[in-house]
Amino acid sequence: MPSRIFVTGSGFISGLGNNVQENLTSLLNLRSGIGPIRHIDTVLKDELAVSEVAMTNDELMRYAGLNDQSAYSRNAMLGIIAASEAFSHAHLHLHKGLRTGLISGTTVGGMDECEKYYQDFLTNDSKNRFIDIYDCADSTEKIADHLGLRGFITTISTACSSAANSIQFASRMMNAGKLDCAVAGGTEALTKFHLNGFNALKILDKKPCRPFDASRNGINLGEGAAYLVLETEEANQRTGNPVICELVGYGNACEAFHQTASSPDGTGAYLAMKKALDMSGESPDSIDYINAHGTGTDNNDLSEGRAIERLFTGKIPYVSSTKPFTGHMTSAAGSAEAIISILGLQKGIIWPNMNFSTPMPELKFSVAAKMIRDLDINLVMSNSFGFGGNNSSLIFKKYGIH
Amino acid sequence: MAYINGIGIISPQNTLPGSGFLVTPVEHKGEFLKCIEPVYKSYIDPIASRRMSRLIKMGISAAKICLLDAGLEMPDAIITGTGLGSVEDTEKILGELTREERFLNPTPFIQSTYNTISSQIAINLRCHQYNSTYVHRCFSLESCLTDALLQIADCTAGNVLTGGIDEMTLNHLTIIRRLGLWKPGPIRNLDLWTSGMPGALAGEGAAYFIISSERTLKTYAQLTAVETLYKPGSTSDAAAAAAHFLSGNGLSPGDVDLVLMGNDGLAEHDMVCNEIIAAAFPQASRLLYKHLCGEYHTVSGFAMFLAANIIQKQQIPHALIPLSEPPGKLDHILIHNHFRNTDHSFILISR
Repeated sequence: MPSRIFVTGSGFISGLGNNVQENLTSLLNLRSGIGPIRHIDTVLKDELAVSEVAMTNDELMRYAGLNDQSAYSRNAMLGIIAASEAFSHAHLHLHKGLRTGLISGTTVGGMDECEKYYQDFLTNDSKNRFIDIYDCADSTEKIADHLGLRGFITTISTACSSAANSIQFASRMMNAGKLDCAVAGGTEALTKFHLNGFNALKILDKKPCRPFDASRNGINLGEGAAYLVLETEEANQRTGNPVICELVGYGNACEAFHQTASSPDGTGAYLAMKKALDMSGESPDSIDYINAHGTGTDNNDLSEGRAIERLFTGKIPYVSSTKPFTGHMTSAAGSAEAIISILGLQKGIIWPNMNFSTPMPELKFSVAAKMIRDLDINLVMSNSFGFGGNNSSLIFKKYGIH
Repeated sequence: MAYINGIGIISPQNTLPGSGFLVTPVEHKGEFLKCIEPVYKSYIDPIASRRMSRLIKMGISAAKICLLDAGLEMPDAIITGTGLGSVEDTEKILGELTREERFLNPTPFIQSTYNTISSQIAINLRCHQYNSTYVHRCFSLESCLTDALLQIADCTAGNVLTGGIDEMTLNHLTIIRRLGLWKPGPIRNLDLWTSGMPGALAGEGAAYFIISSERTLKTYAQLTAVETLYKPGSTSDAAAAAAHFLSGNGLSPGDVDLVLMGNDGLAEHDMVCNEIIAAAFPQASRLLYKHLCGEYHTVSGFAMFLAANIIQKQQIPHALIPLSEPPGKLDHILIHNHFRNTDHSFILISR
């Protein structure tokens, strides 16, 4: 019998705020993090709208209580801040006897420093201390060291579903009795590297993004980090942590269609949601809310919308994309949106799909354009889809509901 | 526990299909050990492969060789481990960004994302099943194997296609040489253990495996268990963890017949590897192999290819260098690997 998986802690830094409470306040006040680029030195500075974490690297360093004897990428600092918040939230520093894992998702890794110093790396020794922080594992190890974790750690990179797959793999390990608890999520700092990469693919909107709107025209990139603390039921009896909610389903499927495009019928999205739903044992009608991947590209929203229509043949749940708040946090999106979904579950709120005015003609349903309060929400689904058709879906359930 | 029912490997040695099992070691004299690549059109549609970078082509080809070897058409999961993904594509973008932003070629950007290999394999096979990518230094392949073993244990998957892949480039070698851990210049690979030139020898490779719940006529060996150790406090902590790993799988350290050593030619690394294995498995035979493939994040894939074949054929190729007396039997082989002696991993392959 696989163990139940409880969510007992969360940590979140984004363009909306530096911790879960600040993010929640921004969401409640309909304050978007999207704006002009402030921190990155790029020729795209005055063209693109992004959601940046407010603090500079120096400020992040101080905020996280780090010293600059070691080299820290922005990615690692964001990860340390969010993972530390989650870790403290669940008082894991008091439970050293538990087998605690760290599973983190990232794709650009320490590219923010690497892209600054690449020519130095090739020609001289002046920036050697930044060489090792270029890869994906560095931020994960920095987080582990900061939290004093010496158990199982690993890093997942499935592009924009990385954090959702981290939560999924952590749960699989806990289900199998290999871990008692885990800090799982993802971190991604904005870089010139992926700003230009997405720009070259012509899928960035210069205006605030409009997911699921007929006039949608692409993505606003975002940055940040988000982590959940997951505990098995047995571990939870030892920690005594209040249970925030339960992870009852997860699914991972592959589009196997195209490296950067989703299939028109959303096969991968459908399969990922269906696997999660089957695992949860819940009926499609019982899902109250879907936090959609909803990037705002032509392709994703059509494909995801069709997949939702295909799976939810009776009642379509409330659907919204919260990317107009946070921007697309890429590798951190899965855990960031899991936390946003869970906050909605706790507070009885359906988050609005901001910037929405005209429904897509191809879809029969429309997204939640306005915030809806005081609902009884029991089950929420959070979707994360990545380049390469790496699609994942998570389902969280209110604790104590049968 | 699961079975290794297929292998596809592209390495600096003659390991392509029909080559036999390391009959004659291949000599390299360059800056690093470069893979002997297959004729890609045997495995990938030439039109599709035209835009693919070398790493992607190696990955798809190794995966397809593996499926052919296992006689399997469609796996239940595809899981790839890579420490660095496509270094060549990443370098192209970094070069372009240095010269001129804005007019970036999107193809290298797409291929530089680490999950491209797993997803290109899925596209090639039209496989909609579980698909993931682990990117954690010397834990990359080991995390894949952990995931595969869990999915087999909980009956999510019957056949998992999983592997490790990394490439080396001259630019990347120039950069990492600044850290002082690598050979400063070219060396004959077969002289790695005797040359006296300090540093590890860089290499590359792609090795995919079919990990299955059932034994078949194709079965090479059993993948018994995998363990990763993040920054053990000391050599003796690592040795104790290795012994604990064995007992956790119902075996004692004395059951290990052979250890494929993590030694890479850097004296400090090799000393620690020797200490850990001598302390944990004093009776086991020890073999060096990294002169054949070089050092890279997913090098344990090459070692798994060795171990699975040694178990199946009950024979040790002469290309491997013994550090001790040959083993009396070949029932359990342990692969020890490490990332600069800070992170360690163990893979146990059994008859």
